[in-house]
Amino acid sequence: MKRYRVIGKSVLKKESWDKVSGRVKYIDDHQEVGTLHVKLLTSTYAHAYIGNVDTTEAWKVPGVRAIVTGKDYPLLIGTTIKDRPLLAFDKVRYYGEPIAMVIADTEAIAIQAVTLICVEYKPLRVVNSPVEAYQKDAPLVHDQIEQYLIDQDADTTGTSGGIRPVPGTNIANRQGIRKGNIERGFARSDVIVEEVFSFKQSDHTAIETRCADVEIKKTGEVIIHSASQEPFEMRELISQTFNIDEGKVHVHIPLVGGSFGAKTSVQLEPLAYVASKAVGGRKVRLRNSREEDIVTSPVHIGLHAKVKMGCTRDGKLQAIKLFFLFDGGAYAERAVPVTKAAAFDCTGPYTIDHVWCDSLCMYTNHPYATDFRGFGRTEVAFGVERTIDIMANKLGMCPLEFRLKNAIQPGDTSPTKVLLNKSNLGDIRECLLQLRELIDWDRGQRIDISDRIVRTKGISCTWKNGDPPPGVGAGAILTFNSDGGININCAAIEIGQGTKTVLTQMVAEKMKMDVDDVFIQMEVNTQLSPEHWETAASRTTFLSGNAVLRAVEDAIRQLKRTAAIILKVPVDELEVANKKVYKKTSPSISIDFSEIVYGYIFPDGKVAGTQVVGRGTYMIPGITEMDPVTGRGIQGPEWGVVAQAVEVEFDKRDNTFKLIRAVSVADAGTILNYKGAETQVMGAMNMGLSFATREGFLYDDQGKVLTTQFRSYKVMHYGEQPEYIVRFIENPVKGAPFGSRGLGEHGIMGMPAAVANSLSLAANVSLQQLPLTPEFIWKTRLKAGEVY
Amino acid sequence: MIEKLTLDINGEQWVATVRMADTLLDVLREKLDLTGAKRGCENGDCGSCTVLADGLPVKSCMMLAVDAIGKKLTTIEGLQDTPMQHAFVEKWAFQCGYCTSGFIMNAHALVNQHPDATDEIMEEWLSSNICRCTSYQEIREAVKSVLKEQRFDRKRPRNRR
Repeated sequence: MKRYRVIGKSVLKKESWDKVSGRVKYIDDHQEVGTLHVKLLTSTYAHAYIGNVDTTEAWKVPGVRAIVTGKDYPLLIGTTIKDRPLLAFDKVRYYGEPIAMVIADTEAIAIQAVTLICVEYKPLRVVNSPVEAYQKDAPLVHDQIEQYLIDQDADTTGTSGGIRPVPGTNIANRQGIRKGNIERGFARSDVIVEEVFSFKQSDHTAIETRCADVEIKKTGEVIIHSASQEPFEMRELISQTFNIDEGKVHVHIPLVGGSFGAKTSVQLEPLAYVASKAVGGRKVRLRNSREEDIVTSPVHIGLHAKVKMGCTRDGKLQAIKLFFLFDGGAYAERAVPVTKAAAFDCTGPYTIDHVWCDSLCMYTNHPYATDFRGFGRTEVAFGVERTIDIMANKLGMCPLEFRLKNAIQPGDTSPTKVLLNKSNLGDIRECLLQLRELIDWDRGQRIDISDRIVRTKGISCTWKNGDPPPGVGAGAILTFNSDGGININCAAIEIGQGTKTVLTQMVAEKMKMDVDDVFIQMEVNTQLSPEHWETAASRTTFLSGNAVLRAVEDAIRQLKRTAAIILKVPVDELEVANKKVYKKTSPSISIDFSEIVYGYIFPDGKVAGTQVVGRGTYMIPGITEMDPVTGRGIQGPEWGVVAQAVEVEFDKRDNTFKLIRAVSVADAGTILNYKGAETQVMGAMNMGLSFATREGFLYDDQGKVLTTQFRSYKVMHYGEQPEYIVRFIENPVKGAPFGSRGLGEHGIMGMPAAVANSLSLAANVSLQQLPLTPEFIWKTRLKAGEVY
Repeated sequence: MIEKLTLDINGEQWVATVRMADTLLDVLREKLDLTGAKRGCENGDCGSCTVLADGLPVKSCMMLAVDAIGKKLTTIEGLQDTPMQHAFVEKWAFQCGYCTSGFIMNAHALVNQHPDATDEIMEEWLSSNICRCTSYQEIREAVKSVLKEQRFDRKRPRNRR
């Protein structure tokens, strides 16, 4: 393996000290006197016609500056299907949907006024699950889907493209995978299992709730500050929706206080724009309360999945048939891309010749869904990986051996029929072999500690290709300081994943200089930074990294050109290191960057070179459109893989359990920042275990979400976590910066499946729903006659 | 009703005009621009607004500003180069940083109040805060490293540094 100076080292985050001293200004920390505050009135029904919205009493509250209702802006917006009213004006489709907003001097005044608005509701029959939505006589969430516009824009193709809602149904989209011949596959199988899995919607609950500031200047310029992962798409959406020149829309993104996919959707910003417009362009702030962030803003998707798997007697997988009913909620938005991506990687990292999958994004009267870390894989893996264990059990095979036997290899094809090789596919076999050691697999999967307590291990394997649309890219600009230090300007957004620091490492590595001499701006401003596709899909380091590396090459070229004139040495005999350009064969012939970065002046007044500005751009090659029926196409550059295990201690008497140990072995290509990578994976594992064991909305029979606070929506707290162990296999990818693979999401993907496999073994029942609460385990055991 | 009050924050006297209903968090953030304490839930559930009152952690979203009169308040802005801040940096105990102020205030008070804190005491204290980015293992390592360092310092003879 190639040795690097800076790459791979655990370089501390550039913004570390700002973060531990309370000095980082997140969006809500910037406060300007004179800013008006916006509060939303949200629906108390999940499905209802709305009649008169009476604002008379609200207007009487001193300090109220404007009130906007849906009727004032009867617009439909959306980044996939344009099906979502800015503010509901005809009917409401989920509990918590915005209906009106009050703009007032303070948040407290706005809240007071909102409570005085009266809305006439005429309740409708509620679609309260994706299964209900799929029934023939189900009420329609959207009456006339065929009349909606579908965003046909070039940069929203890929998982956001080829969308086909089915008129007269609640199907927002159907994505198929057809590989091989499913009937033949099952005919060749000796053992067939068919199981159903499900979980309800849940939420990201980033600790920073979503927030947007908007101001409209006299020139018509729209200044947006937002906590978002996609400033450029936001700019385009605002520009198109309100017919404003894109050049007049400026989006600023400060450091973001966590997202996990939550902040990919554009929701508050157009509302804040309208609010600002209502008060003559004054600056307004729209900030979610925790309750609004959980229910009004987009959520993590729910799923009802049928998994049918066929296998030969000796344990070779032959066929898999998958039917997914995703709970996309009331609006298509980014639920559709998630459900498409779920289909593309549906099998997990296994060789299966015959694959049939239909992944349906269902409209329901639930909050609408958006990206969530894992983007469809975590969800699907829960069903598929549980079924793998059920199959192995039926065959009497060790689940780890069974996975090894069917592990996907170079030379196989993906469900989307991409030929796999050592570069575009991580090494899942090696991951599994290392996992076996780390979790002491061969000491036994189930160990009885006492009459009551049993210790069990469960495993899972997952994979993920990042699925950006074709043609996405990034840009980077490098400027120099007079002392030869470098500043990076690019639009990758820092949400805690450490991208900014990794980019400085890349520059330092290539320039052979100290990483402390490389600086990067934390805030992103669409007016200043070159366009970058959204910070998502574990693709940011890949896109920005490639752009930054090209910018470094460009800067080096310029530095050498100037140095060649001064040193009178041909360009190809020059090299750079330690902020100098020097002659390779005699390094004492050199010139400091500080003397040439702004051009060089000879004593006689002649000049050599000009200011050095490194410019790099990158566009991801080779990604194609995906066929909606067969799924054929190239969805991304490479599949990262991860093998994971969870060990639990289960109490057979009261069905409680303790998470003991969780292990991940990931093929992440070259590791760019060791501690950064390790803690990314550990954090994602924790989020996966939290989701699997605690999280999930409860709805009442009218579709109202009952779990809108951390008191009722439980997440993992300190002390509940197991011991985490993370190892990497470094199997580099061609075309990626230093051969790195995406990593930000991989830690979460197999956790629900692994813990469910572990607990199923411990409780001696098959657990097929999330979250895996003691109550749910008890009920399942009760049904199976395991407890009385 | 509006009230003028004086608060003792980070060893300084601060005067603010507040509503009786304003929480300490509102006043810190909106009147005094001490924005290190964050709004995460405004319901006492997440701990991102944690500050110290007379050395003990309180959720500033759950305390009225008027109730803070006479208390010695410490916010993250009042910590300078403390062992806990160093430990959080070195052990990678944060990612996005949003919950970090609250966690550090809590942990800082913990090691002061319980220099011999056991795992159980650590859990009792730290489970009042929520972090969604890290795995908590990093936070545990950070706090443990400070406890260990303190114990080491106590054992060293006083005349040597």
